[in-house]
This record gives sequence, C-alpha cells and structure tokens, in this order.
Amino acid sequence: MLEIEDLSVEVGGKEVLHDVNLSVMAGYTNVLFGPNGSGKSTLLMTIMGFSGYKITKGRILFNDEDITNVPVSDRAKKGIGLMMQRPPNLVGVKLGNLVKVMSHDQKDPQVLAKDLDLTSFLQRDVNVGFSGGEIKRSELMQLEAQNPCLVMLDEPESGVDMVSIQKVGHKIHDLIHGTSCAGKRGQTGKAALVITHTGQILDYVEADRGYVMCKGTIACMGNPRELLHEIRSKGYDECISCKLKRKKAEPISVTEA
Amino acid sequence: MSQSETKKKAEAAVEKKAAFGSDIDLGKYGKARQDLEKVSDLAELKQEDQETLLKVGVVPSQEGRSGSFVLMDNTMVHSSQLGSGVEVMSVLKALKVHDWLEQYSWKAVSPDADKYTARAFLEEADGYFIHALPGQKVVMPVQTCLMLKSKGSAQTVHNIIIVEEGAELEVITGCSTSKHVDAALHLGISEFYLKKNAKLTFTMVHNWSETIGVRPRTMIIMDEGATFINNYVALRPVKSIQTYPTFKMEGKNGVCVFNTVAIAHPGSEMDMGSRVLMNAPGCRAEITSRTITTGGVVIARGQMVGAASGVKGHLECKGLILSDKGIQIAIPELEARVPDVEMTHEAAVGKIAQDQVEYLMSRGLTEDEAVGIIVKGFLDVGIRGLPPQLAAEIEQTLEQVNLAKM
Repeated sequence: MLEIEDLSVEVGGKEVLHDVNLSVMAGYTNVLFGPNGSGKSTLLMTIMGFSGYKITKGRILFNDEDITNVPVSDRAKKGIGLMMQRPPNLVGVKLGNLVKVMSHDQKDPQVLAKDLDLTSFLQRDVNVGFSGGEIKRSELMQLEAQNPCLVMLDEPESGVDMVSIQKVGHKIHDLIHGTSCAGKRGQTGKAALVITHTGQILDYVEADRGYVMCKGTIACMGNPRELLHEIRSKGYDECISCKLKRKKAEPISVTEA
Repeated sequence: MSQSETKKKAEAAVEKKAAFGSDIDLGKYGKARQDLEKVSDLAELKQEDQETLLKVGVVPSQEGRSGSFVLMDNTMVHSSQLGSGVEVMSVLKALKVHDWLEQYSWKAVSPDADKYTARAFLEEADGYFIHALPGQKVVMPVQTCLMLKSKGSAQTVHNIIIVEEGAELEVITGCSTSKHVDAALHLGISEFYLKKNAKLTFTMVHNWSETIGVRPRTMIIMDEGATFINNYVALRPVKSIQTYPTFKMEGKNGVCVFNTVAIAHPGSEMDMGSRVLMNAPGCRAEITSRTITTGGVVIARGQMVGAASGVKGHLECKGLILSDKGIQIAIPELEARVPDVEMTHEAAVGKIAQDQVEYLMSRGLTEDEAVGIIVKGFLDVGIRGLPPQLAAEIEQTLEQVNLAKM
C-alpha cells in the first residue's frame, strides 16, 4: 500500500532524512522506533505531504500511485490519515464542528466523543488548552471520522494516562483492524505505521514489522517485539552497528495479500 | 456655558479636522431629508426597507423587542415603546419632555470636537433617546436603525442612552444604506450614561456600501459598578469609517468589554478602535478586535489608560490579511499613571498560519474549506455572546462573503 523509495527530505534547508526505504503492505501494521530527533515524525509529516518537508530525492507510492507531489488534502482523500504529535491550535473552530465537516455529516460527533470521554470537548476550540492525552484522544476521534486506509500514528500513547490508555488502545485497535477503510467497502485491508518509544501500544495492535530509524535513515528492521526488546536491553547503539553490518536496508519484498 | 456660546464654539469648529481618519469635505454633502413619510408600524415600511432592517438585526414585526426607533436620513420615521421600564423616543422630543435631559445633551461629546460634531450640533440633529428606569431589568432588547436614503446627503444623528441606577438594558442598533444610495455620509453622535450598577449590552451592526463615509462620535460615561458590553460588527464594504468611542470609567469596579469584528473589502478604509479611561479603583476592561482585510485598509486602534489603583485591562488586536493588496495596522496603546495597575496587550497581524490550513487539509478538507473554517473561527471569537438571531444573520453574511475564495 505504501512504498517509500530512496527518500531524502530537507527541513529548513537541512537534510533530515537520507535515502529512506520503507514499505507498509495492506493489512499490515508496521512500527517505527528510534531515538529522539532521528526523523520519525519528519517521515510521517512528509508522507502526509506537509509543506516545509522538501523532498530532494526519491518518491512515495500509495496504492501504486506516485503521490510525491500530490497536495495534502488529496492524500487525505486517497486514504492517508495522521495522528499528529503536536497539532496546531485552531482558535474559534469547535471540535464537534470540525468532526462534522470532515466526515461530511456522515458521523455523529456525539457518538464518537462518548467513547473517548470527549463529550465536553465538542464545544471547545480544537487543541486549545488540551493536555497531551486530550490531544491524542481528539486526534483519534478525528481519525475515526476520517477512517483512512493508511493510519499513521505519532506516539499514540505518550501523555495518555493509565486509565485512558485502555480506551485509546482499543480504539486504535478498532481503527486499524476493525473496520474497512474508506473507499474500500467490504474489504478491510487497512495498514498502519506507528511511532512508539515505549511499545505500550503493541499490547493493543498486532504489529507485523518494525523499523529502527537512526540519524535520518532506516538502520534496521525486523520483528517489532524483538527489536523493542533489543532496544530496551541494549539501547539504540546496537541498531546502528547492525546498520553497519547490513550496509543498506532493502525493503522486504513480499507480494501484497 | 450658554447655548449661544456653545453655538459659537461649534461654528468656529466647522472646518476643524478630526484627529484620525481621512478628511471629508462636508461642503459636498447636503442636508439630509427631514420630510420622509412616517409609519406607525414597521411592517408598513416598503419590503425593501424591511429587508434592510432585518439584515442589521432589526425585526420589523418587533417580536421579542421592548421598543423600536428608526431614523431615515434626518427623519424619525418610527418610534415605539412596547416593554415597561424603558422610555424610547426621539432626542428632540425627549428634550421637550424632560427638562433634566439638558444636562446630558452634548455634555459627553463636545460640539466643537471636530467638524463632524460641529455639523451635527449646528443642524440640531435628532436621534434616539433610550432611558432605562432605575432598578428596571428590561428583558427584551430595544432596537434602532439609522438608515441612509438619499444620495449626496449627510445624515446627522444625536443619540442619548441613559441607564439608571441598577437598571439593565440591551440595545441592538443597525446602521445601513438603502439600495442604490451612493456618495452619502453618516455623522452619528452618541452619548451613553451608565449609572451606579447599571448594565448595558450594546450591539451595533454596520451595513454600509462602497461609497459611504461614516464618522461616529461616541462617549460613554460609567459610574460605580456599571457594566458595558459592546459588540461592533462591520462585515460589508464601506468607503471610509473612522470611529473611536471613548469610555470614561468614573466609578469604582466598572467593567467594560468591547468586541469588534470587521472585514475591509477592496476600497474600504476602516479606522476603528476604542479608548478606555479607567479613572476609578478596581475597574476592568477588555478590548478585543478581530479584523480581516480582503484588499482594504484596517487600522485597529486601542488605548487603555489606568489612572487608579487595582485596575486591570487587556487589549487584543488580531488581523488577518487575505489578499496581497490589503493593509493591517494594529495600534495598541497602554498607559499606566499609577503603579498598581495590570494592563496587557496582544497584537498580531499576518496571513493565516499555513500549518493550521494543512492540518485541516490532512483531514480531507480542501484548501478553500480549510481557510473558510479558520477565518470563521477567527471572527467568531469577536462575536461570542451575540443574540442568536443576529449571530445567524452574521453567519449568513460570512457565507455570502465567501472568504475562502478571496
């Protein structure tokens, strides 16, 4: 579903991502690990198509279509959705109204909000004064209304309290595994790309493949749980040396199911 | 000062330029008509005029209103009083009925302030007199409309509102231009007096057109514990507006809230703002302005003076530029005359933040939809708390303006 080929990206005139190769197949959930500042969020923002993330090399394919130069809203319409780490404040824009507008009146904000304890937030301005955990829940609710085929989550568990993590975790599970994606009725075939530091979210989603990013490139890949275990016990240095051994991370070639 | 002395001063000021705003040659504008037909019921007005009223929040059926006053050019065409606890009539009539009104008339605004006040004074301008009686909570709003009907004339208006001790009043006033009227002028003098613990909510909607000049002159004098909430909405094109109402908070613990929402269309020049003088301890003031230019010039002024201990104020001017040709000028001023004051300001002008637009686009909205929803949200902050009917009308106006397309 998503293929990233030799992607290099500049932010503010400085190259941040170098020759990134990565793929997510339909029905798969891939996890992105990596130390702070390694370029994980930059990669997701680039896939979504935000300006300020200038692609200098390589391309992005979505469902075999080159979307490297496609505008943000068209990528969203094609089925890409992103839970942002630090979304901007939208003063004067009510969360409930936004959910209505983005789902073209197809989803009832009240119903979506209830499950995520966001009912009292529907009348509030989007992200204004939201805590870290509240932002995650609000982003999740918006993704639910959007129902993308490729779900990208930037640290979905960070800032979420111990009690809410269950709700958030189950919602994310439903979002990725439960329903069919927009435009693909009757066929689940969703995919996900998830950034996590703690791995807590792996208790709720069935992760298939893990990537480790270091210094703007993919250092290694493998079984996500094994990678997490490695990182926990040995830190990220091991991954970097792993990169030395492998030289270049090639996308694993598997035919789409 | 005797009447003749005041008249002399006013005569001496007929050429006196105003401190702000482009100078208008008053010689080009004739006296506005005083002979238009009066109606006892607003529903008798021409359909076209009734629609004009509705657009500025004035309901011809008078449903949900405590009283109505309509001035077309310089003719009072209608005045009625439905609710109790409030008097509604023309200022000229009120001056005959109440001897005591003399001490309020032309006392807050000086006739010789500038050429516009001088002209209104010398023409013995009429306008609305609204008087909320002591301790009366007037449940439904009083509505007024000042409408320009004739090409090439200058409407002169003199309004007085007095809210007596402990009274509460809401006024909705709409100023508008009749269809096909161009090159006309509106000179509106307003003097508002809020007595001890009085409350006035004043909502003004301006719907002018491309060739109209507007020079309101407004002074508000507030006693102890008085609350004034002002909403000013100007979303339609205008040639030139310059307005700078001044609040004199003379009693302790007064509260003043002033919200402005405006759009400067190509060719419009809008010099707007308000000035709050906090002269007594514990007064609070909040000035908020949200302006957009789609090609015109906006000058958002705001001045707060803290001259007594424990006063608090916040001034906020935010302006969006939605066109290459527009100009936004924000001029917030704070002046502290005693140490024990807390006054802040926040001014920001510029284009819509790209990250906000893209955030919404990443949810599947088109760029136009994203800009539209952000702009509406931006303006919404300035008009929270408006009567629902008016809020709906404003919503509709914004739809018509179609901000996203600009």
